[in-house]
Amino acid sequence: MQTLAPVDVVIVGSGWSGMIMGKEIASRTPLSVLVLEKGGGFRGLAAYGREMDEVDTFIRKRQAESPANGLVTTRASSRARANPIRQYGDFPWVGCGMGGSSDHWGATSPRFMPEAFEIATHLKRLHGASKLPPNNLIQDYGITWTDIEPYYTQAEEMMGTSGKAGNLNGKKIEGGNIFEGPRSREYPNPPHPMLYAPQLFAKAAKELGYHPFPMPSSTLSQSYTNPDGISRIGCQYCGHCSLFGCMVGAKASPNFTLLPIALTKKGFSVRTHCNVRRVVHKGAKAVGVIYVDDSGTEYMQPADAVVLAAWTFNNARLLMLSGIGEQYDPMTGKGTLGKNATYAVHVGLEFFLDRPQNIFMGSGGMATAIGDFGGDLGDEGAAEGALRGGLIFCYTQGDPPVISAFGVIPDGEVKQNWGGEWKNAAVKWSDRYGTFLSTENHFPYRQNYLDLDPNYKDKWGDPLLRVTMDWTDAERKQAAFISRKQVEIAKIMGAIAINPRPVPSATSGPPLMVNNHSHGGAIMGASPASSVVNPYLQHWNIHNLWVVGGSALPQGEEHLTLTVAALAYRAADAFINVYLKQPGALA
Amino acid sequence: MKRREFIELSAQGMGGLLIYSLTGRPVVANAHEGKVRVPLRFFTEKEAKVVVAACERIFPANESGPGATQAGVVVYIDHQLAGPYGTDKYRYTQPPFDESAPGYGYQGKENPQEIYRAGVQKLGDDFTELDGPKQDARLKAIEHTYFFRLLRQHTIEGMFCDPMHGGNANLIGWQLLGYPGPQMSYREQIGKYNGVPYRIKPQSLEQILGYPIHPWEDEEKG
Ligand code: SF4
Repeated sequence: MQTLAPVDVVIVGSGWSGMIMGKEIASRTPLSVLVLEKGGGFRGLAAYGREMDEVDTFIRKRQAESPANGLVTTRASSRARANPIRQYGDFPWVGCGMGGSSDHWGATSPRFMPEAFEIATHLKRLHGASKLPPNNLIQDYGITWTDIEPYYTQAEEMMGTSGKAGNLNGKKIEGGNIFEGPRSREYPNPPHPMLYAPQLFAKAAKELGYHPFPMPSSTLSQSYTNPDGISRIGCQYCGHCSLFGCMVGAKASPNFTLLPIALTKKGFSVRTHCNVRRVVHKGAKAVGVIYVDDSGTEYMQPADAVVLAAWTFNNARLLMLSGIGEQYDPMTGKGTLGKNATYAVHVGLEFFLDRPQNIFMGSGGMATAIGDFGGDLGDEGAAEGALRGGLIFCYTQGDPPVISAFGVIPDGEVKQNWGGEWKNAAVKWSDRYGTFLSTENHFPYRQNYLDLDPNYKDKWGDPLLRVTMDWTDAERKQAAFISRKQVEIAKIMGAIAINPRPVPSATSGPPLMVNNHSHGGAIMGASPASSVVNPYLQHWNIHNLWVVGGSALPQGEEHLTLTVAALAYRAADAFINVYLKQPGALA
Repeated sequence: MKRREFIELSAQGMGGLLIYSLTGRPVVANAHEGKVRVPLRFFTEKEAKVVVAACERIFPANESGPGATQAGVVVYIDHQLAGPYGTDKYRYTQPPFDESAPGYGYQGKENPQEIYRAGVQKLGDDFTELDGPKQDARLKAIEHTYFFRLLRQHTIEGMFCDPMHGGNANLIGWQLLGYPGPQMSYREQIGKYNGVPYRIKPQSLEQILGYPIHPWEDEEKG
């Protein structure tokens, strides 16, 4: 194995987390920073125009990580044998290439509720520990709203998030989400226009006494120059957003807002097609990483500091493969690595209207939401065992607009899903429906965890990560509660028909509870006894190792990207301002 | 060497002119006489004919508009199966294969080419000679199989894909739905068509971009 010239900082992964760390360190210090990306390079805006093809991009997922390389295995309980994810279609996707999943996300960008960061303390105070679901591992992040708020602002300004404040320095503002935590600044860009059905949703929600607001989205509503001087034009509402790269650069991506700046810094470099297999450590010090290129050649890349910023679950897996930290054991409760694996409780419905919606127009994250059930579900919820919810939002854009959006029909209208009668109904409704969705709080449990699979290996012979996860009664009650509220609104909106789905997960359920909304496995916290990284995302035992990304979140929450970006900014600040001055434990 | 196989399709679907109406209802105005011979990449002619007939039962031409045969769905499926998808180039294919566990989607060993080859054979060589209800009965009998799930899904894909993939001939599927194609911008329209249809003559991705493009299955053979 060839040993390469050492660098000061090696970063694994080029999504939001890796590129925020990389750009900040390279811009603010003289250190050499090397980002290793396992996929290919940034293909440019023209390529994204060329990729506006639903078959190749959305269905076959040419731009995503190839399942052939090995993704994960999953199972619903530790008594079952896990099977691998063999193909996309049954499973969402994992990004690959410069920008990772952050290059073709949907850009939905709400902040978490302020109490989310101290959720264990909050819920115990509110309900008492005995009212929390059995076997829960709910825990605090080790930070508070005040710690993270400035970094939320920084992330929004870098991305150019479009939205409307609902709480500016404690002052509630109708039209924004009045339930959100106090913001120090208004959104950098105004909200997107509200489409037809979302307007009906807003009206109905108001009638019911709720507080509708435009969902914050990190696609630009207008031309915008961010604090780093990056100018981008506004969204064209092309309808090829989630899973597609943006052909005009309006959707925030590390390739648009961070890479161009980082590349001007002398110490910064990127190496693509490098799949990191191990973090090499000697005692309590990381000394670099081992990676393999596409031809199978292995390299040792020495570094003074290592930042893991791979896909959520790959962060945990790399630690496991490297023998760093103690594997969590659900029987004894010992170990912290792999614990608090969560998803998000997806609850949705489809509604049907008598008018065309032009579902091919719009952008990812373009929706109208209410925050009335975005946090605590109050006495009504508690009475039926539903403690926490999520934003309820309504959208109509098919995104993508045609093949995958086809075939939504009111339940029971046709007897089979093929043939003339089905076709007539599917054609008739093809542009006359919309969707509600909630991406809700998912509590961590003792029995939901990650470890290495004993049977299946990746392309290079390393064990795949095994996800063991299932819903509990708590999620089923939560879903029933939210679904009821959704149906209430849809009825008032004047829906001709409604397909309610009062069960958790509108996308995939057990045994496939894993996707780009996955959380945990290498969580942050106030104590090494219950977390893998400290509140600055520095590894508790190996102080020159930082593990940044969705892996740090101890609970499943609302759309996580903005929070992940804010945590990365906070980690970068701690690394630069504190750690570099005096390398050692920050907490 | 394998003998080159062709499928003959009616020119009505492949080359006929469709008049676009603002209600989204396409009308075949000027169907040419004669046939188009399309070279096959994976199917034999016999197989292709069975697939044409089966897809037409899944998505028939009827009072709500044209169907799978007119859109050239069989050409789409043939191209997909001959490309990287057909041979599972991007699927995780390491054993052991456990097909008994529910909820995982397809966990089997066979690739789409193999699944189609066996599935089409099961529909029977005489499938094309049966009347509609009898064909439906045969499809009904395999409705629970993974082959049928693929066939149905691919029929929808072939109806509404970009025409570079071989289906959606003449943009017939997009006209059926009033879908304008992958237009680069609706910035002028957004927020102005509230409950009102915005329907323009659809364009393919190549027409919109203005330069030739190739689908994945042509760039990378299976
Ligand atoms: S909808 Fe807007 S942000 Fe999304 S890809 Fe199209 S132009 Fe870009």
